[in-house]
Amino acid sequence: MTVRDALNSALDEEMSADPKVFLMGEEVGEYQGAYKISKGLLDKYGPERVLDTPITEAGFTGIGVGAAYHGLKPVIEFMTFNFSMQAIDHIINSAAKSNYMSAGQMSVPIVFRGPNGAAAGVGAQHSHCYASWYASCPGLKVLAPYSSEDARGLLKAAIRDPDPVVFLENELLYGETFPVSAEVLDSSFCVPIGKAKIEREGKDVTITAFSKMVGYALKAAEILAKEGISAEVINLRSIRPLDRDTINASVRKTNRLVTVEEGFPQHGVGAEICASVVEESFGYLDAPVERIAGADVPMPYAANLERLAVPQVEDIVRAAKRACYRSVPMAAAA
Amino acid sequence: MAVCVRQSRNSIINHVKAKMGLLGLTCLSSSMPSLNNDHRTLSAASLAKDLRNQNSVLENKPILYRTRRFDSTKPHQRSGVQSNVANSQFLDFPGGKVAFTSEMRFISESPKERIPCYRVLDDDGQLIEGGINVGKEIAVKMYSDMATLQTMDTIFYDAQRQGRISFYLTTIGEEAINIASAAALTIDDFVVPQYREPGVLLWRGFTLEQFANQCFSNRGDDCRGRQMPIHYGSKKLNYLTVASTIASQLPHAVGVAYSLKMDGKDACAVTYFGDGGSSEGDFHAALNFAAVTEAPVLFICRNNGWAISTPTSDQFRSDGIVVRGEAYGVRSIRVDGNDTLALYSAVRTAREMAICEQRPILIEAMTYRVGHHSTSDDSTKYRPVDEIELWRSARDPITRFRKWIESNGWWSSEAESELRSNVRKQLLDAIQVAERTEKPPLVDMFTDVYDAVPSNLSEQEKWLRETIKIHPQDYPSDFPL
Repeated sequence: MTVRDALNSALDEEMSADPKVFLMGEEVGEYQGAYKISKGLLDKYGPERVLDTPITEAGFTGIGVGAAYHGLKPVIEFMTFNFSMQAIDHIINSAAKSNYMSAGQMSVPIVFRGPNGAAAGVGAQHSHCYASWYASCPGLKVLAPYSSEDARGLLKAAIRDPDPVVFLENELLYGETFPVSAEVLDSSFCVPIGKAKIEREGKDVTITAFSKMVGYALKAAEILAKEGISAEVINLRSIRPLDRDTINASVRKTNRLVTVEEGFPQHGVGAEICASVVEESFGYLDAPVERIAGADVPMPYAANLERLAVPQVEDIVRAAKRACYRSVPMAAAA
Repeated sequence: MAVCVRQSRNSIINHVKAKMGLLGLTCLSSSMPSLNNDHRTLSAASLAKDLRNQNSVLENKPILYRTRRFDSTKPHQRSGVQSNVANSQFLDFPGGKVAFTSEMRFISESPKERIPCYRVLDDDGQLIEGGINVGKEIAVKMYSDMATLQTMDTIFYDAQRQGRISFYLTTIGEEAINIASAAALTIDDFVVPQYREPGVLLWRGFTLEQFANQCFSNRGDDCRGRQMPIHYGSKKLNYLTVASTIASQLPHAVGVAYSLKMDGKDACAVTYFGDGGSSEGDFHAALNFAAVTEAPVLFICRNNGWAISTPTSDQFRSDGIVVRGEAYGVRSIRVDGNDTLALYSAVRTAREMAICEQRPILIEAMTYRVGHHSTSDDSTKYRPVDEIELWRSARDPITRFRKWIESNGWWSSEAESELRSNVRKQLLDAIQVAERTEKPPLVDMFTDVYDAVPSNLSEQEKWLRETIKIHPQDYPSDFPL
């Protein structure tokens, strides 16, 4: 099952199960979504539940928040999360804070979803990862699926959740196929929010990643295995709440940590994970924590520069080796 | 802005073409009355001829989703209509038929005359002409609530000046907009306020004790001391918690209206904003979305002349707010905001139109902010004191309305002094009690961030309690554990 189909089926099933769920955004209806995530939904649920909107992010985001205040369960699609910047006031000041400010009188059961982070060849204004932005704000839950299982289970959980959820997809994963079990295909399937998944067990070094970087971390782990390093790969799934227990338990076992993300390094998800491990498991660390992140520059367009600006599998391999005090070729050590 | 970079450009263009062709067709078939270029106002009588959708009026009930927009977005029903030139004078462009002219004429940036202001009572509180259907009971309640609001503002303002509360913001001069609009609504109409409309809550039954508890942020506050003074909210009274971010409430109101529409409710959303708020992008977003989604929402603008120190002449160059309605395809009216009866009848009519015809209505209420913007402001620094005084005395909406109810024999000096002294006493009591009431307990810091308290917050609460137990002298004594 592709991630696209996983998201589409999750939307379809939740819309079918709950008449309060509706989808809104630019091109989600007749065009079936810029990335075809909402394929077939307009036909099935009609234009009142699959709304094509004017091109005003602040408009449909604010309207979604208002509809959620009044009891509907909107799913708001951003064509990319870069464009959510034009609506971020409604996400942060309104959606995230209203339940608290109203002392529980105004809950905001809403999902903001769409592709986040780097794709390929789309430049700085289509490639920014906002995981750490949204994850720094109390009141929001922030999810980042990797596989089809994640996409289905987390999106269904997000729609059912009473709190506002920022759901960060990845454009390059939409077309990827992952094997899924019968359990995942069941309409009752849900993935708990706030729990990471250990994708691969290991004993020498812990690698944390989310979204597309989980795949890279798994590839790196395979390469490392051939060199006798057993890497444990943690798919975070949920950026907020962050599953600090799973991360720290793993680090206490492996005594080494490499964090991987496509976003910028400063105040990033890796920085938060590093802080958590330093606070809770400092005595268990046998090596400095390695942070792999996107380059600290707006994303360049030219393909050769773009490749350099985002983490690659070999970067993860090298970082893991450094953490394990294995020799790393000088040219690549920087 | 939205650039769909990953899709084939051709497929987008084809898609747009197909959509536009269909829109052209529907516009041709809809009955468009001839419109002249004068500023037209819709009287209640002309409402029977809905400009756009006669069916909706004939059936006189909400028509859900039988709209031109939704028809145009039905999948797989593109009829492939070709753009056809019916005659050489017109062309059905995407969006409708447009006439050609050989005269090159730019539309003027300003109208010849400003849009007039609907009023029922003259400056002296007498009916200008004809009768108005407002009974004694509602008139007296409107008057009493306006007077109560004014008294409440005076007393809370003084309490802030005495340092008993941190912040306050009065509605002085705008009591009629508060109370008359509230009176014209039903409790099912969902209010998404700015911050100068506490009168709507008062009308709906929010008690003076509730106002006091909120301003003193004690444990009796419905919002548990989470918000600055005057940021009231009540789910029970269908009044959303006040947002400080200017104009963000406008799209929220459209969302609420969309929800009411989906549920088929016999109610509308009502939102308020100021002349300054109309400059926010959210104003544009809300009006455009409300028009396109045909959402039953009333946009009530309190044009009080001043956005803190910015006069309307520095805020916009249009003829106020009312003229924006037409540009968005939203019906609008300008009303004398200090005329209680005019506001009451205009909002009532607007509400009927919004619900029966499933459409947004924009009301610009012309008024004056007699008070300072808030207690953080001294408006005499930027506007003439005699201007403020003129509006405080000669143009006071409460005095004007009092003259009318007195001329009907519904009010007297005795009733006046009794009301004022009762309210004053009740408020002073409420303030004293609110001041003495315990502050919110420690637990209120941690609840409601999420629906369920997450483990990190429970943990922090536990640690905090333990620490306070060990070092009580290092923590303030004014909160209950």
